[in-house]
Amino acid sequence: MRTDTQHNAFMLVCILLVLTQTVMAKTWTVCTSCEHSSIKGTIERAEAHDTLLVQKGTYREYEILVDKPLYIKGIGYPIVDGEKKGEIFQVRSDHVTLDGLFIINVGVSYTKDNAAIRVIQSKDFLIQNMVLEQLFFGIYLEKSSHGKVYHNRIIGEAVDEYNSGNGIQLWYSSDIEVRKNHVQGTRDGIYLEFSDQITITGNTSMDNLRYGLHFMFSNHDVYTHNTFENNGAGVAVMFSKFITMKNNTFRKNWGTAAYGMLLKEINDAEISNNTFEENTIGINIEGSNRIDYTDNDFIGNGWAIRVIGACYTNTFKGNNFLYNSFDISYNSKLNDNIFESNYWSSYTGYDLDRNGIGDVPYRPVKLFSYVVNRTPETIVLLRSLFMDIIDFSERVSPVFTPDNLQDAQPLMKIRP
Amino acid sequence: MLKILKYSFYDLIRSRWSYVYFLFYLTLGFVLLFLNNDVSKAVITLMNVIIVLIPLIGTIFGVMYYYNSREFTELLLAQPIKRSSIFMGQYFGVAGSLTLSLVLGLGIPFVLYGLLRSNAIFDFSLLLVTGAFLTFIFVGLSFVIAISNENKIKGFGYAVLLWLFLAVVYDGLFLMSLIVFEEYPLDTFSLVATMLNPIDLSRILILLKLDISALLGYTGAIFKKFFGTDLGFLVSMAVLFLWTVLPILGLRHKAKRKDF
Repeated sequence: MRTDTQHNAFMLVCILLVLTQTVMAKTWTVCTSCEHSSIKGTIERAEAHDTLLVQKGTYREYEILVDKPLYIKGIGYPIVDGEKKGEIFQVRSDHVTLDGLFIINVGVSYTKDNAAIRVIQSKDFLIQNMVLEQLFFGIYLEKSSHGKVYHNRIIGEAVDEYNSGNGIQLWYSSDIEVRKNHVQGTRDGIYLEFSDQITITGNTSMDNLRYGLHFMFSNHDVYTHNTFENNGAGVAVMFSKFITMKNNTFRKNWGTAAYGMLLKEINDAEISNNTFEENTIGINIEGSNRIDYTDNDFIGNGWAIRVIGACYTNTFKGNNFLYNSFDISYNSKLNDNIFESNYWSSYTGYDLDRNGIGDVPYRPVKLFSYVVNRTPETIVLLRSLFMDIIDFSERVSPVFTPDNLQDAQPLMKIRP
Repeated sequence: MLKILKYSFYDLIRSRWSYVYFLFYLTLGFVLLFLNNDVSKAVITLMNVIIVLIPLIGTIFGVMYYYNSREFTELLLAQPIKRSSIFMGQYFGVAGSLTLSLVLGLGIPFVLYGLLRSNAIFDFSLLLVTGAFLTFIFVGLSFVIAISNENKIKGFGYAVLLWLFLAVVYDGLFLMSLIVFEEYPLDTFSLVATMLNPIDLSRILILLKLDISALLGYTGAIFKKFFGTDLGFLVSMAVLFLWTVLPILGLRHKAKRKDF
């Protein structure tokens, strides 16, 4: 009984606190026919911690500066039309929330990176439920931290790389959560440069000109449960350390220069439970060390994994390699990576003691993929009888491919 | 000629081998489509079968038919019929019945599994067209070999050797030359080398029509630029046609001069 009363009292205090907050902060209603008909003007008049309710309508405004902590909420998706004149929202204050606006027509410039929403040196911001269309850059976070970009929809119409921008760009930012956004038709869907401790979860990035997600010099970031589909070249992770990549889906990045994921100069990363499906190259690895690849599914890719060079102490464990044209392509005779307990759909060995592990090791590198690495033109012999014959003979007794590159314990059954 | 064609054709249609061949394709088609219901994926698997098996079966069947019907040929030669029509008739009879088995054997299961409603129909027809071309080419070549060799064992040997050369050895030589001359630009060379072998040409033609062509990368882009255009397609069809006509001309030439 006593605890109950205590609890009630606590609740009351809480409600009171919230009430005083609301009483203190003023709510401004902006609509096209009201007293306050412009967002820009109302922001100038508002005090810190006020709320702006933007009613349905079209507001032809650009370069709207939010320089105090405000809660700006759109009712019924009001349209903010920048008329291609420049940047639209610029946030230069902590504790700003932007919610439910429909922003269109960001000005395209060849000298300035105009964005629909730019956050500069701010903390604790929240950008949610926004719809951005006909944009140059979408959401641009500059030297900001501890914010959240949640459930936005960014739809670009990018045609050329040189005159299009990125969907969500983080530059020198940290501790930011990017969740449940949908980005399509921009240059890079999500782009991180010099940004640490970023969490990217549950986003969909598709039909972008270049990369679905792009890391540059960003460390200690996590991205999970995202879907990257049909991007120009997939996801690129470059020059970064301690990145965790889990439960993502990389699909249909298909073309002569496309891949699911590109790793370049990545160290100490963790790649697990991802699905790579129907990409020309599942993962393209270059100069990446100490990475754990566990429990991923590689399904129907041209190359599941393509190792270009200088990759040491990587571990591939418990992955499923299903119906890829080439499981692994490797360009040197030296191998320092471990392949263990994976399932390979083209494994033809047997399991006499019935412990679920094949008795003969599997050699994932085909001679053909070795030859193609050396002389790319030989790819014209793809699927010819001759290649099948020499692949078979190489598999029986390896001469050209590294003979210690093998899975000594291939699984007999697919990992569920 | 038409009469002999008809006779050869019906003779083959009645023979067991034609049925076996037909049933083989029928089962292959049904099994493939049963295992994965995707018509376009089945086309890829079929390609592998077609570019290896059709030439082999065409070669063996052609040689076999020629040697088996030798007595009948001699009987016909005693009649007042033009020599070329006798051999042409037999040739078209064999090639025609093989092609019919192929088209019906693969066509029936695919049509039943909804080929007409899928967009793989063009790939599939290309597959059948190249299959038909390969049949005609290899039956023609085997007839030429058979007519030039009285000795059956020798004839069989040469025919199998020819198949082995075009299906396997040629690609080996091709690969070796690509590796040896890797310092040089090889695009035109590989285009020409592909054109010269009907099996390679058919393989590339079908591959480029499928999704898998993205794997071909840079080289593939050059191939696509050539074969993807109407001109490239026409040129490759013309080359296949040339490959069909040359053995026929050779056959006529040999038949005219041969002393039976």
